[in-house]
Amino acid sequence: MSLQNVMVTADIAARRRSGVMASLVALVVLLVLASLGVGPVRLSPVTVIDALFGGGSDVAQVIVREIRLPRVILGFAIGAMLGLSGAALQGLLRNPLASPSLFGAPQSAAFGAVLVISLGLADVRSYALPVAAIAMAFASVFVLLAIAGRNAGLLILILAGLAISSLAGAATALVMNLSSNPFVALEIAFWLLGSLEDRSFRHVMLALPFIVAGAIILFSQRNAFRTLSLGEEAAQSLGVDVGRLRLMVITGVALGVGGAVAVTGTIGFIGLVAPHLMRPLIGHDPTRLLVPSALTGATLLLAADIAVRIIPSTSDIKVGVLTSIIGVPFFLYLIMRERRALAGGVA
Amino acid sequence: MSVSAFLIAQGVSVRLSGRVVLKDISLALSPGHLVALVGPNGAGKTTLLRALAGLVPSEGAIQVGGDALSSLTLRERARRYLPQGHIVHWPLPARDIVALGRYPHGATDPARLTAKDSEAVLRAMQATDVVEFGARRVTELSGGERSRVALARVLAVEAPVILADEPTASLDPRHQIDVMKNLRQAADGSALVIVVTHDLGLAARFADTILVLSEGRLVSQGAPAEALSERVMAEVFRISAYRAEFQREAVIVPWAEI
Repeated sequence: MSLQNVMVTADIAARRRSGVMASLVALVVLLVLASLGVGPVRLSPVTVIDALFGGGSDVAQVIVREIRLPRVILGFAIGAMLGLSGAALQGLLRNPLASPSLFGAPQSAAFGAVLVISLGLADVRSYALPVAAIAMAFASVFVLLAIAGRNAGLLILILAGLAISSLAGAATALVMNLSSNPFVALEIAFWLLGSLEDRSFRHVMLALPFIVAGAIILFSQRNAFRTLSLGEEAAQSLGVDVGRLRLMVITGVALGVGGAVAVTGTIGFIGLVAPHLMRPLIGHDPTRLLVPSALTGATLLLAADIAVRIIPSTSDIKVGVLTSIIGVPFFLYLIMRERRALAGGVA
Repeated sequence: MSVSAFLIAQGVSVRLSGRVVLKDISLALSPGHLVALVGPNGAGKTTLLRALAGLVPSEGAIQVGGDALSSLTLRERARRYLPQGHIVHWPLPARDIVALGRYPHGATDPARLTAKDSEAVLRAMQATDVVEFGARRVTELSGGERSRVALARVLAVEAPVILADEPTASLDPRHQIDVMKNLRQAADGSALVIVVTHDLGLAARFADTILVLSEGRLVSQGAPAEALSERVMAEVFRISAYRAEFQREAVIVPWAEI
C-alpha cells in the first residue's frame, strides 16, 4: 500500500465520521421533536414546532414550552454530559470499562444531595444541592483515581469503583434510615431512581451552568486523550501534563455528573454505553469519540425518556431505572468480551 | 567532547521513594553520536534515561543545548523519548500514531497536518519502512512492525535528542539490526541518540560511546572496546566475553559467568 492509499483511506474514514455526526444530529432533532410531542396530550411535530416559536393555541404553548421543554433540555444536556464523561474517562484511563456510574460518581453525588436535603440545609431547588452533589462526585472520582494509581488495570478500577459506589449507597441508606420523617425518606428513595419528569426551568437553571462548565472543561482537554494512547510516559514526553489532565477530567466529570444528579437523581450506564456504540462507526481514537459519544448519550437519554412515557404500565417507570435495566446487561456483555484482560491477561 | 557537548549532566542523583537509584552521574554527550546505556538489571538505566528526559525529578544539573532542563516547560522538554514496550492502548491507524510525534510542534489532529508536519511523518515512516501499513491498525501488526511504528513516531518529532528504552527488546535479529540502523542513521543526521539495551553485542556494534551503569553509578564510559573492558565485564556483569574485531567494529559476545 502506498502513501496515497493511506491518505485515501484516511479521507474515507473522515467522510464516514462526518456522515455519522450528521445522522446523530438528525436523530437528536427528531427525538427532541418527539419528546416535545409525546405525553398525556399527544401533539403532532407541526404543532410542536408551531408552539415552540410562539404560534398555535395557548394550551399547546404551555405544554410544549413550559412543561416539556425543560424536560427535553435536561434530557439532552444530561445525556450528552454522561456520554462525554464516559468517553473522557475511557480516554484518560485507556480503558473501555471506565464510566462515571461504574466509578460510583452518580451514587456519591446522590449521597451529597441527600445529605443536604435531610439535614434541612437546603430545599430541592437551591444551589446548595448541586454544589454538594458536585463535591461528593469530585471526591469519589478523585479517591478512585488515587487508589487506582497511575497504570491501573481493569480489575483494580472496577473493584475500587464497586467499593466506592457501595459505600455511597450505604451512606445514602444510612441518611434515609436516620431520617425522622418517613415521607422525606420515601421522596428521596423515588428521587434516587432518576427521572426527568415534572422538571421546570428552575431545574434547568440549577443544573445547566454546571453541566456546560463540565463539558467545556472536558472538551478543552480533547487532544491530550489521543497522546495518552501511547501511555502516560510517552504522552508526558510529548508535552502533555498528565497530572493536570487528570485533575481537569475529574473536575469536568464531577461538575457535569454532580449538576445532573442534583436535579434528576441517578441515571446510570449512559456514559458506559455511548462510546461503545460509536467505536465501530468512528474508530477508537479517543479524541474523535468525544463529540459523537456526547450526541449518542443525548440520543439514548432522550429515547429512554420517551420510552418511559410510551411503555404502558400502572405506575410511572423512572428513566434511571430503564437505563440501568438496559445498561447492566450491556456491562455484563462487555465483561464477557474483556474477560481475558480482566483475568489478568493483556490489560 | 565537552566542547560541543549538547547534553550535560553534572552530579545528577535520583531518589525514588526514599531509595537512592542514581548517584552523582556526570556526563557530557555531543550531537551526532549513538550512545548505548548498559548495565545489569536494576542498575538505574531507565531511571537515568527518564531523568535526562525530565520525567523524574533529579538533584544536580542537567543542561540541554545550553538551557537548564529545569528551566524548560514540559512542552519544550518534549524530546524523542521512546518508552519500554511500545504500548498502544487503542487500535489506531499506524499513521496516526506516527503523527502523534508532531504533537509537540502543535499538530494536534493527525487528520489535519500542515505540509511540514506530513513531510516529517512521511520521512519517519520511510526511514523505518512502515509506509505500506500506514492505514492498518497498530494492534493488527506483528511485534516487529509495531516497534518500527513506535520508532517512526519518535523519529517524527525531529528533536535533537532521541532517548530509547530497550527499542530492540523482543525483536528478532533482523529487526533488532533494522532498529539500530535507523537510530544510527538519526545519529549520523546529527541527533544525539541514547539507547538503553541489554544486548552488549548490538551496543558494541552500533554505538560510538557506551555508558556502563552499576548500582546507580556510572562506572565506565568510552568507545565500546574500552568501556566494556574485560575488567568491567567481570566486575559489573560478572561474565567473561569473547572479544574480536570484525569489519573494524568491536565484537563482544557474552560467554560465561564468573
